[in-house]
Amino acid sequence: MTGGTKSSWNAAILYACVAIGGMLGSVARYLVSLLIPSLYGFPLATLFVNITGSFVIGFYSTLSGPDGRWFASTRQRQFVMTGICGGYTTFSAFSLETFRLLQGGMTVVAFLNIAVSVVTWLVAVWLGHLLASRLNRLKGS
Amino acid sequence: MRKDISRVISGLFSVVLGSMLGGVARYFVSGFVARRVGETFPWGTLFVNASGAFLIGILGALAQDDTSIFSSPDPWLFGVTGFLGCYTTVSSFSLQSLNLAREGERSRAAGYVGLSVVLCLAAVALGFATAGLLK
Repeated sequence: MTGGTKSSWNAAILYACVAIGGMLGSVARYLVSLLIPSLYGFPLATLFVNITGSFVIGFYSTLSGPDGRWFASTRQRQFVMTGICGGYTTFSAFSLETFRLLQGGMTVVAFLNIAVSVVTWLVAVWLGHLLASRLNRLKGS
Repeated sequence: MRKDISRVISGLFSVVLGSMLGGVARYFVSGFVARRVGETFPWGTLFVNASGAFLIGILGALAQDDTSIFSSPDPWLFGVTGFLGCYTTVSSFSLQSLNLAREGERSRAAGYVGLSVVLCLAAVALGFATAGLLK
């Protein structure tokens, strides 16, 4: 195989990893949206997937990072992070739901949604990172 | 009962199809933008999230019209839950914000968070208004 076909084959595999991971994450997000109802107009299902997805990406990226104890190939990282986590979480649904709250005159709930979402997403990714760095520092393999 | 099951299956199929396209589109677009504009600031993800918000504004406005195809379940599940849901992402946004903050780039991290929220909400409103003009 020449270098050119080898690298385009590699790129095709990475695209397939993202497509399949994204599909799995999106189906999981859809199932969560069927299970969790909104609370007084507050879009809980979207908040739930975005918090848990942020936690997982923070945890996984640190655990499989340069100092991590989990060895992961580029393909596996693309599959889990760009694919599963990327497909599972969604910024567009958050934007539309917030816009609809504003449009419906529920201004307080809309701003509450923005504040609670941004803070909890960031805390979740940080906690995931923190937990994985603890695990990375444990003795033994 | 049988009708319910076939509805669930066609709904899942719509999400599967839309999300595979959305994931591939995100990977391509965010990589393309990042290579063009530079990778010191997460422009790729910002572009993906803002453009996805614009599109969801259009589809959200169309869905309010009963004669639009987006007011029926499967096209909505394909286009919004599947494609746009997978095209846009919060997990990368969170991770990039955390990484900027950990690298000591606090003002960039705060700028990224603020810009993402403001641009995406403005993009939804713009999409909504655009769909209104097209009607």
